[in-house]
Amino acid sequence: MNIETTTILDARGLNCPLPILKTKKALNSLESGDTLQLISSDPGSVKDIDAFCKQTGNELLQNSAESGEFTFIIRKS
Amino acid sequence: MGNAATQVDPVMDRNLFNKWFDERMAQREADHVPSMTIIATKGTLDMAYPPFILASTAAALGWDVSVFFTFYGLNLLKKDLDLEISPLGNPAMPMKLPIGPDWLRDMNMNIPNIVMANLPGFEKMASSMMKKTMCDKGVATIEELRSICLEADVKLVACQMTVDLFSMEQKEFIPEIQDWIGAASFLPIAHRADVSLFI
Repeated sequence: MNIETTTILDARGLNCPLPILKTKKALNSLESGDTLQLISSDPGSVKDIDAFCKQTGNELLQNSAESGEFTFIIRKS
Repeated sequence: MGNAATQVDPVMDRNLFNKWFDERMAQREADHVPSMTIIATKGTLDMAYPPFILASTAAALGWDVSVFFTFYGLNLLKKDLDLEISPLGNPAMPMKLPIGPDWLRDMNMNIPNIVMANLPGFEKMASSMMKKTMCDKGVATIEELRSICLEADVKLVACQMTVDLFSMEQKEFIPEIQDWIGAASFLPIAHRADVSLFI
């Protein structure tokens, strides 16, 4: 699935809770319906980003892992 | 359907009433902004993390957060943060070198208390090693987490009694402190919170 994203956030090398905090900040500057691509190297972010999206009502469109890196695509609600 | 209430006589139609009631309850839950209060009582580098990590994360989730800093926790609100960690009396703390080859980094060094207690500068060394490990692993600094909390409107409140007790001065602390209060002012805030933690 190829989704065109508005913004890319590189959170590689950062650890809990920074990927969540940076994601929240990045989403703040987007318009509703915009998409954010997040790249993280923190394995904990897989569950955390999912929980974050559920709690905040933003939609997690895509979630993939490849060679120790995790990519998420989130649509702002 | 939202104003079905006006048309329903609850005694006459129990099913409709139940449906309306469930909808109202679900709506209420959806509209509710969760809130959390934390009491932060420790001022060492290791114990500075839990309150700031939880507060900043809850704020990112859209929660309403207040942190009450009391006793040594007040250290975390100083303008000049110079937090240290003590391995002495902290037996669960791993003692690992942040430098050198992997086999050396992975080794947990058991240093006897008598050595830790008597070696001058041991805590300074342990603190700087811990800070280096945190930095290498991409863990935020306390300064960073604190400013994220402030940006996210986490309310930081400080205990007035502690300042008087330890002869501190308010000017040693960051100006963003929302209020200087006592237990009687904080408890009513905690009373309404969904989550309340003592750290």
